[in-house]
Amino acid sequence: MSKNTQMSNRQPIHGDADPVRVFLAAGSEQKQKQKGGGGADSGESSQGGEKIAKKGETIKEDMDSLLDEIDSVLEENAEEFVKNYVQRGGE
Amino acid sequence: MAIPAIMGTEIEYGIIVKNDPTFDPISSCVLLVNAYREDPEGLILWDYDQENPLADARGFQVDGEKYTPNQQENIARNKTLINGARYYVDHAHPEYSCPEVTNARDLVLHEKAGERVMEISRREATALLPEGALMLLHKNNSDRKGNSYGSHENHLMDRRTSFKRIVEHLLPFFVTRQVFCGAGKVGSENRGSRCDYQISQRADFFETEVALDTMVKRPIINTRDEPHADREKYRRLHMIVGDSNMSEYTIYLRSGVTALVLAMIEDGAIDQDLVLRDPVRSIKEVSHDPSLKHELQLDNGKRMTAVEMQTAFLEMALTYAARNSLDEVTRDVLEKWQEVMALLSTDPMKLSDRIDWVAKKALIEGFMERRSLDWQDPKVHMLDLQYHDTRPDKGLYYTLERQGRVERICTDEEINQAIYTPPSDTRAFFRGECLRRYPGEVFGVNWDSISFGIGDDPVKRIMMNEPLKGTEVHVADLLNKSKSAKELLANMG
Repeated sequence: MSKNTQMSNRQPIHGDADPVRVFLAAGSEQKQKQKGGGGADSGESSQGGEKIAKKGETIKEDMDSLLDEIDSVLEENAEEFVKNYVQRGGE
Repeated sequence: MAIPAIMGTEIEYGIIVKNDPTFDPISSCVLLVNAYREDPEGLILWDYDQENPLADARGFQVDGEKYTPNQQENIARNKTLINGARYYVDHAHPEYSCPEVTNARDLVLHEKAGERVMEISRREATALLPEGALMLLHKNNSDRKGNSYGSHENHLMDRRTSFKRIVEHLLPFFVTRQVFCGAGKVGSENRGSRCDYQISQRADFFETEVALDTMVKRPIINTRDEPHADREKYRRLHMIVGDSNMSEYTIYLRSGVTALVLAMIEDGAIDQDLVLRDPVRSIKEVSHDPSLKHELQLDNGKRMTAVEMQTAFLEMALTYAARNSLDEVTRDVLEKWQEVMALLSTDPMKLSDRIDWVAKKALIEGFMERRSLDWQDPKVHMLDLQYHDTRPDKGLYYTLERQGRVERICTDEEINQAIYTPPSDTRAFFRGECLRRYPGEVFGVNWDSISFGIGDDPVKRIMMNEPLKGTEVHVADLLNKSKSAKELLANMG
């Protein structure tokens, strides 16, 4: 196999549009902003707040599509399955 | 000057059969491994003559009985594949040892090919089970009831590097690298202190710093000294400390950064004192703190977080990179390591598209919020387990992949090709090609040898002590002009 053929031809990176990532980052970002108060962020707070709320909605929809799929594939009898999942030590 | 990188992984999978009250792990493993058939006439032995798992890197031989199965058992438990991998039954787990590769990118490719080999055989094996029974495999490391199984990484090192120096630098590196390569786990076990979620699957199981054992009293650094190559020249570092990763990006970073740090140790480029006062305690403290805030106690009195310690390794690596020419993959690894360390210092949850423990945590927390569940709910434990399920339509890591939520290193086409194609630039090429071209004439295989049984002639063993020989460049012509193994041996003279 030829080495590194894919280095520059990778799958698209989802950057900030990635739902799981942004979904969780959004919560902590908001908290941080509240905690920090004042400073450089204060000037754009009202505009920023709107932006975040809007972003939040899209993120929630995005996250929903993941959670819907998880709902549909997750083992139905989780309690039983987890209880019976016993392995022998290995290595 | 550090030796060229040669690496590979050996991964044990969890195995269970649903709806089968008589489930027995060992016979299920045998069924699984034998359900995978590349070539029906290839009844090939694994060559145990070349094994010595009781040699200790600290320079002695440990008493104990070496396991050698009889011929029938050997064939039933071992498959050597045309991509150069070994697929076999190890105790009560199916295990996939990928072929030797020279860089982290090829390692991702071949470790991922292993997941698919497991999945292909799982489907075949399930078809042979009584109706209603379903075999399932998990690429994880614990049943969360105190039983652990391994994900072993192997890197060849220069024999001249002192083992003492390796231990000194690797302990702090291994204790803290989980921040970017942990696979994540709900809860704790093996008498670990209580926690909701931890970074590593394995940290709860380490009980000592350095030892030969792998199954009891597990050490952070394993001393097995079995190079499967010229032992005057090489040491094979057999690392048992890591988790089984699902994310390609995590596997890439884990093996690439580790290879780079080992090269730095060989070249004496680790010049900061990062010795920990109590590595066994520290590895658990790091794992049990997904906030990444905990400060570890160093032997020199300082306190540092795991992220600060990895950043220290990163800074030394950047200095090293400025003074040495690195190959393209290693440079890319270094760049990604920098990005990841920066995010771990500021906003770790942004790594949910790259790092397993973060991806799993994000997924579980999203689900918990939707369903108002707590960490003790069996569904939450199920999410943890199912993240590692090898079924492409049910495994939750694959769900993330399918929805384009995780960054990839390889394409599906490349991984599928690696199921049937050995790496071109190590001796795995010769091994795999001989198996593909002359299956009926290969008698036995080990990492550093291949033997042929032709007609009534005595078995002829060819030694492959040098992992960087037997590559496509070296042997393609020889193989092309040899229509049979008999001709091959004649052409080799």
